Amino acid sequence: MRQQVIDTKMNSHTAGEADECLFEYLHTEMVNYTLSKASNKKEKEEELSRLEWMGFSVGYRIIERLTRDCSRFKDELDMIKFICTDFWSSLYHKQIDNLRTNHHGVYMLQDNSFRLLNKVGTNCNKQYLQESPRLLAFTCGLLRGSLANLGIISTVNAEISTLPSCKFHVQVQQM
Amino acid sequence: MSRAGTKLDSKKVNSELFTLTYGALVAQLLKDYENVEDVNKQLERMGYNMGIRLIEDFLARTGSGRCYDFRDTAEKIQTGFKIFLGITPTIANWSAAGDEFSLCFEANPLTEFVELPDHCLNLKYCNILIGVLRGACEMVQMEIACWFVQDQLKNDNVNELRVKFIKRLEDAIPAGED
Repeated sequence: MRQQVIDTKMNSHTAGEADECLFEYLHTEMVNYTLSKASNKKEKEEELSRLEWMGFSVGYRIIERLTRDCSRFKDELDMIKFICTDFWSSLYHKQIDNLRTNHHGVYMLQDNSFRLLNKVGTNCNKQYLQESPRLLAFTCGLLRGSLANLGIISTVNAEISTLPSCKFHVQVQQM
Repeated sequence: MSRAGTKLDSKKVNSELFTLTYGALVAQLLKDYENVEDVNKQLERMGYNMGIRLIEDFLARTGSGRCYDFRDTAEKIQTGFKIFLGITPTIANWSAAGDEFSLCFEANPLTEFVELPDHCLNLKYCNILIGVLRGACEMVQMEIACWFVQDQLKNDNVNELRVKFIKRLEDAIPAGED
C-alpha cells in the first residue's frame, strides 16, 4: 500500500518537476522575508510592494511560456479570459469562478477558493482575516506582470471578504 | 469560445512557477543585500523553515518510520528528491566511516532557466536545498551538515551535494526556530 502511494507520484512526473507544495512553502517564506524587513504596520504595507514586484517579474516570464502555442488574442477581453481559464488553472489548479467587467477597462476576477488561502480558514473563521491580504500581493503582481507582457498596462489590487474567497480588481490604464 | 490546442500541463507549469518564483526571490535578495554571503545565509534560513514543514509532508506521503542507519537516511533523502523535485539523485562516494555521502544529479528544476553572471560567482544559488535538508533532518532528530561540492552553474559536470552526519539530537531539546 505504501509503495503505491509513492509510485503514482513518481509516474506522474518524469524528470525535474517540482511538487506543488514547494511553491506554497516558498511563497510563505517570501512573505515572511519581506515582512521581516519592516518594523511597523505602515512599513509593512510598503514592503508588500516588493512582493508584488517579485510576482510581476514571475508573471512577465511565465506568460511567455504559457502562450507559446497559442493563437493570437482577439482583444483585451480575450486575454482576460485566457488569464481566467488556462493561466489560472495551470497555476492554481482551478479556474476563476466569476469574471465581471464594465467594458471600460475594469475587470473583477473572483476565486471562491483561492489556493494560497484555502488552508488559512473558512468563512466562519475570522481569526486570520486581517493577516490574509499579505498572501495576495504576490498574485496581484503575477496578474499585473502577465498582463503587461500581453500588452496591457494595469493596476491590480485584491480584496478578501470571507476566506478563502478573494477578488482581484484589474484596472486597465487607457492609453 | 474555447481555444484549441492550449491544453496546458499543469504539473509542468507548476514546476516552472516554482523555478521562476525562486529566481525572483534570489534576484530580490541580491538587490537587498550587498554581500553575497548574506544572500547565501538568507537562502539557507528560508530553506530551513521550509524543511521543517516539508518533512511532515514527506512522512505523511511515504508513511516511512525512523531510519535504521545513515544509509537508510540516504535512501529516504533520495525518495524525498523524487517526490518533491521529480529527480532521482544517485548516492555515491560513501566515506569510510559511513557518516558522509554524496547525492549526484544532473537535472535540477531550481536552475532550469538560470545562468550565473560573473559578479555572482560566490552565490550559492541552490543553497535553499541545503537549508531544506538540514531543517527536515533536524525534525527527525538528526543533525547534519551539507554543502555543494560540484555545481552545474559553476561549470561542473554534475551537481554534487555532500551530506555529513553530525549527531543524533536528544528528544527533550526543542528545535531552535527562527
